[in-house]
Amino acid sequence: MKIIVPVKRVIDYNVKPRVKPDGLGVDLANVKMSMNPFDEIAVEEALRLREKGVATEVIAVSIGPDKAQETLRTALAMGADRAILVVAEDVEPLGVAKILAKIMGEEQPGLVILGKQAIDDDSNQTGQMLAALTGRPQGTFANTVNVSGDAVHVAREVDGGLQTVALKMPAIITTDLRLNEPRYASLPNIMKAKSKPLAQKTPADYGVDVSPRLKTLKVIEPPVRSAGIKVADVDALVAKLKEMGVAA
Amino acid sequence: MKTLVYAEHDNASLKDATLAVVTAASQIGEVHILVAGSGCGAVAEAAAKIAGVTTVHVADDAAYAQQLAENVAPLVASLMASYDAFLAPATSNGKNIAPRVAALLDVMQISDILSVESADTFTRPIYAGNAIATVQSSDAKKVITVRGTAFAKAQESSGSATIAAVASTGDAGTSTFISAEIAKQERPELTSAKIIVSGGRALKDADTFAATILPLADKLGAGVGASRAAVDAGFVPNDYQVGQTGKIVAPEVYVAVGISGAIQHLAGMKDSKVIIAINKDEDAPIFQVADIGLVGDLFTVVPEMVGKL
Ligand SMILES: Cc1cc2nc3c(=O)[nH]c(=O)nc-3n(C[C@H](O)[C@H](O)[C@H](O)COP(=O)(O)OP(=O)(O)OC[C@H]3O[C@@H](n4cnc5c(N)ncnc54)[C@H](O)[C@@H]3O)c2cc1C
Repeated sequence: MKIIVPVKRVIDYNVKPRVKPDGLGVDLANVKMSMNPFDEIAVEEALRLREKGVATEVIAVSIGPDKAQETLRTALAMGADRAILVVAEDVEPLGVAKILAKIMGEEQPGLVILGKQAIDDDSNQTGQMLAALTGRPQGTFANTVNVSGDAVHVAREVDGGLQTVALKMPAIITTDLRLNEPRYASLPNIMKAKSKPLAQKTPADYGVDVSPRLKTLKVIEPPVRSAGIKVADVDALVAKLKEMGVAA
Repeated sequence: MKTLVYAEHDNASLKDATLAVVTAASQIGEVHILVAGSGCGAVAEAAAKIAGVTTVHVADDAAYAQQLAENVAPLVASLMASYDAFLAPATSNGKNIAPRVAALLDVMQISDILSVESADTFTRPIYAGNAIATVQSSDAKKVITVRGTAFAKAQESSGSATIAAVASTGDAGTSTFISAEIAKQERPELTSAKIIVSGGRALKDADTFAATILPLADKLGAGVGASRAAVDAGFVPNDYQVGQTGKIVAPEVYVAVGISGAIQHLAGMKDSKVIIAINKDEDAPIFQVADIGLVGDLFTVVPEMVGKL
């Protein structure tokens, strides 16, 4: 069984994003970029399934700029077998899902494991859209994943707790934070990744129209909260709470 | 303009999250509600009482008992021929279903909206709320999820909508519900709590978290939240996580105990009215957003507070 893992190049989670002076986006020039953290978890889960003998091949896919090659190399260094880069800038989740649906058609994977959201646009859509376009079931916000036979059991992180569903494969899974702790790529594996196959494609190769449906009219910084006061001790804090009517 | 709102419920009762979505939808046009469930008549009746709602569609079928997206999305898509917009709450349920609907309709979803600027233009947070984007959709139909804390709740009692049954689109046959572990909450739900006490990594372990945070929450009648670090370490269940990738809250008072204030955490709570921070590190970033800060060891500060409240 093959597993496809889509990965996205995004601003590193440790960087505080700044709105560009033109008010049309966030400044990404000279900013550290990394693999979306949820996608690292997805790669890790796929690798574990391969190590358990459930999967035979892990294919990393990115739809993004040329530089997303680095992200794919990271996935290869973690252990993915090969990679596909579909070169296109700023493709919306719907367009990404359409391309992934075509790649699913070509590769016939048993699972596609995606991050539940990308930490740049915070959309939380691509996995669900891919599932809809391919008519396959979805296990979103996965906390644990167990494959048995032609079904996969996914415990999902939902409001209130956990929900477990059984999905017929091929199935789409999106990862939540508790699914696993991703490995670091070792230096020898980083070297080895350089010679692993990475195919380059375009949306046109898949016959997918990725014209955006949403237009960003402007981007602003949210209102800033200014720091308030520091109180000296618990008595002062309790007095404040009483003043606010929070405590009797 | 006609809008269809997805009702958040557990077959027995209508959840508050629905009310903010109704408010958002009413800024676009006429509001109808869809209740998809099994044995969910009481929910439909409650939905019919929401002010401003004119029709409640009920799809009552075993296939919708757990609101699996594989079964619900085709139902919504089948109804959308007569609507201009579909709106769902940005709950785990709404986030699961809405994008599946959007793709079936070949529409790009607008996630987690903060405001309705016009029938095709909305604001939404990006980059963990470090930027707010105004986006305009060129799709003929809109599919939207709504951030509950950004809209007032519609009134729950004054409406009198007609209730109409809609035909089930059946079971897609690709997914099955196995089990749920839903913790029984005696405390206020995070997304609607007026006061929240949250604990972080500093709370050491599950027992220490419970022994330290819960008495304070009890004194304040508060809901209990946590940072990702506290959840990852198993101090509390996953749905306590407040933040960019957890719950978004905006209570009257948010008390952060032993939480450093990472941007991912701030993304989930910085719209709280009053933020109180207790941290032993006076340079902790949480103090940059706190209205009231107390620098000190939480293991002495919190018990002392409990004693004095
Ligand atoms: C993809 C991604 C998504 C994420 N999503 C979220 C999210 O939704 N929500 C979230 O919260 N985080 C999220 N995070 C994690 C976030 O980056 C931080 O790691 C996390 O919020 C830190 O939790 P913390 O503040 O409890 O721990 P720490 O950062 O370790 O802070 C502990 C604090 O406790 C203080 N302290 C220690 N001992 C005491 C004491 N005795 N008395 C008083 N103070 C004390 C310390 O001074 C410190 O400030 C995410 C990260 C990633 C990569």
